[in-house]
Amino acid sequence: MTTSTPVVIESPDVPGKKVSAATAAKRKLTSPWASLAAIVIAVLWTLPTFGLLVSSFRPERAIKTTGWWTFFSDPKVTFENYEAVFDPDSINLADFFLNSIVIALPAVIIPLCLASLAAYAFAWMRFPGKNFLFIVIFALQIVPLQVTLIPLLTLYVDMGIANTFWTLWLSHSAFALPLAIYILHNFIKEVPASLIEAARMDGAGHVAIFFRVLLPLLTPALAAFGIFQFLWVWNDLLVSLTFAGSPEISPITVQLSNLSGTRGTAWHLLSAGAFVSILVPVTVFLLLQRYFVRGLLAGSVKG
Amino acid sequence: MFGHSSRSRVALAGALSVGLAFSLTACGDSDSDSSSGDDNKAAAIDCAPYAAFGDIKGKTVTIYTGIVTPEDTPHKESYKPFEDCTGATIKYEGDKAFETQILVRAKAGNPPDLAFVPQPGLLQQLVATGKAVEAPAETAANVDKFFGEDWKAYGTVDGKFYAAPLGANVKSLVWYSPTEFKDKGYTVPTTLDELKALSDKIVADGGKPWCAGIASGEATGWPLTDWMEDFMLRLSGPETYDKWVKHEIAFNGPESTAALEAVGSYLKNDAYVNGGLGDVKSIASTTFQDAGLPILEGSCSLHRQASFYAANFPTDTKVAEDGDIYAFYLPSKDTTSKPVLGGGEFVLSFADRPEVKAFQTYLSSDVWANTKAKVSSGWVSANNGLKVENLTNPIDKLSAEILQDPNATFRFDGSDMMPAAVGSNAFWKQTTNWITGQDTKTTVDNIESAWPK
Repeated sequence: MTTSTPVVIESPDVPGKKVSAATAAKRKLTSPWASLAAIVIAVLWTLPTFGLLVSSFRPERAIKTTGWWTFFSDPKVTFENYEAVFDPDSINLADFFLNSIVIALPAVIIPLCLASLAAYAFAWMRFPGKNFLFIVIFALQIVPLQVTLIPLLTLYVDMGIANTFWTLWLSHSAFALPLAIYILHNFIKEVPASLIEAARMDGAGHVAIFFRVLLPLLTPALAAFGIFQFLWVWNDLLVSLTFAGSPEISPITVQLSNLSGTRGTAWHLLSAGAFVSILVPVTVFLLLQRYFVRGLLAGSVKG
Repeated sequence: MFGHSSRSRVALAGALSVGLAFSLTACGDSDSDSSSGDDNKAAAIDCAPYAAFGDIKGKTVTIYTGIVTPEDTPHKESYKPFEDCTGATIKYEGDKAFETQILVRAKAGNPPDLAFVPQPGLLQQLVATGKAVEAPAETAANVDKFFGEDWKAYGTVDGKFYAAPLGANVKSLVWYSPTEFKDKGYTVPTTLDELKALSDKIVADGGKPWCAGIASGEATGWPLTDWMEDFMLRLSGPETYDKWVKHEIAFNGPESTAALEAVGSYLKNDAYVNGGLGDVKSIASTTFQDAGLPILEGSCSLHRQASFYAANFPTDTKVAEDGDIYAFYLPSKDTTSKPVLGGGEFVLSFADRPEVKAFQTYLSSDVWANTKAKVSSGWVSANNGLKVENLTNPIDKLSAEILQDPNATFRFDGSDMMPAAVGSNAFWKQTTNWITGQDTKTTVDNIESAWPK
């Protein structure tokens, strides 16, 4: 196949010269068949979301009786669904949207700060019981968060912080920490030891090493995990359902789950509600996707 | 591979989508400002009964319930007279996951002040957590005055009265098209034999009389449990029904076998079902929301479903005795007995502060029932003080008349009172298997063996 396809890379392929792995991979991946497959998959994957977008602008009766594709033969556009989900007297999605942001930002920043410090300690500091502690934290990933719901809520009630944003911030942070520490640890461990040693020779302590040497190097990993965590918190329903306990602090997912009405008679609003809710994750992903791809590899090629 | 130009394009897309969101928010805001003035339909009430609870001005009562939008709006409106009287604030939280979350909250010690519990079984579980408190004497007095003993019994656990009834729904209803009945000369049946005769007559006229659907996500099968409970009540009587629900008689005994077979004579009869939707098996794949809609198209004539089904018809459908769609009481064996299957919510309290007690008392009064009736559609209560003329919706009037009929014997939906392993598991699943081909004996045997020992 490679003989028939024109070579797209700039540098000419001199026979006999060793082809780098990246060049070989690039050549393989730019095959027209692979591109075609990628396009087909992309279209198939996007189609339901596109249908959702079209549905969200169709009138109630049309949504309930016909599929979204009939829009093209019989286009009827209405903003009623969006007006209904933003109606401040009933569904009022805007307030919940704001709550989601208020919940998500600290729930991303708190675990990132703690995890990067902890990961540094596990990677480059020596203290007794380090390996054991690391294994314990690693093992904590196995604990399903469902089993912690009632004990955690009891704890919050005893502490007197039930029905506040703190319950959500703390829970999301706690659930995120094991994986965050593990991923960041593997990333920090990859930094050449000579770099750290050189800094130490120059008289830098742990604090200086962390902030001046490692933090700039860590940015892609932090961004990647930040996106992971943000998407997870934004889309979470279970944790907020259990801990929020009041409409004033509930995120958008909670209101979305109630949107269809007590007996499911208002499900035509779901497409509009869902679209409002995915705006932020899609924007975040599009803006930061190169970190996301890089982050997927973080820690995976350790060796 | 990620050049500057494409990055800024992505950023632009993101900015645009956020911009869209905020402009839509603005739309919603301006729209509602103009319409917020006309929701003050609730009239002033006599404040004296609540003065006895002392000064509760500025206090807050929290409510947690499974009743969400759009049914929550009339609820909130009906609290306004109480808020105006006392100066207390009612904080309403609706959540579709109520039935699981209320248990979590109660167990963890974070319950609301009041919970609207839709099942006596769940009520007992909540009382068992030890966090619930008994209803105040004023509420109990209201319940004695305005509700039947059967209703009070469902709010009582271990001889102590905890929860006053709130709303109700009637499940023993058959939806039909009054226009079709008039055109073809059918009459509303008053006994089970007449119902059978009517079904046969529709078949003879070339139609499929019944349409049904039981699909409902993970709760698929529940409409069939209602069918079976209705026939259990009609064929064996309320006393046997109570024993059956408490498992004092076996689920695979002759009574329940007969009830399921009677359901089968309608729903597993290819001549009778499934009008406009397919054959018998299509019952399992049709959602309960869609199952009655073929009546509007004339491809089916009868659909047994609760009073709340009215909301499933498109908004331009006229639901009335002389309209496009209406319902009749699923007849009894003969005209002397009138068993009614239904459901409802109960107000369980987790706090004994005066404002909570005062509000509980308000909710159990005839004043609240009538206030609520005026602002809502698709809602009814078993409160005897409820004046039928205050209800706005013809189906609600019919339901209220059935509930207030002195000859009627009310029984709560049995599957809501059976243990969860049966009532919200085996009963649903086995009857679903039954409609897709499993025989009656295997079905009742399997449900019997699923009963916790």
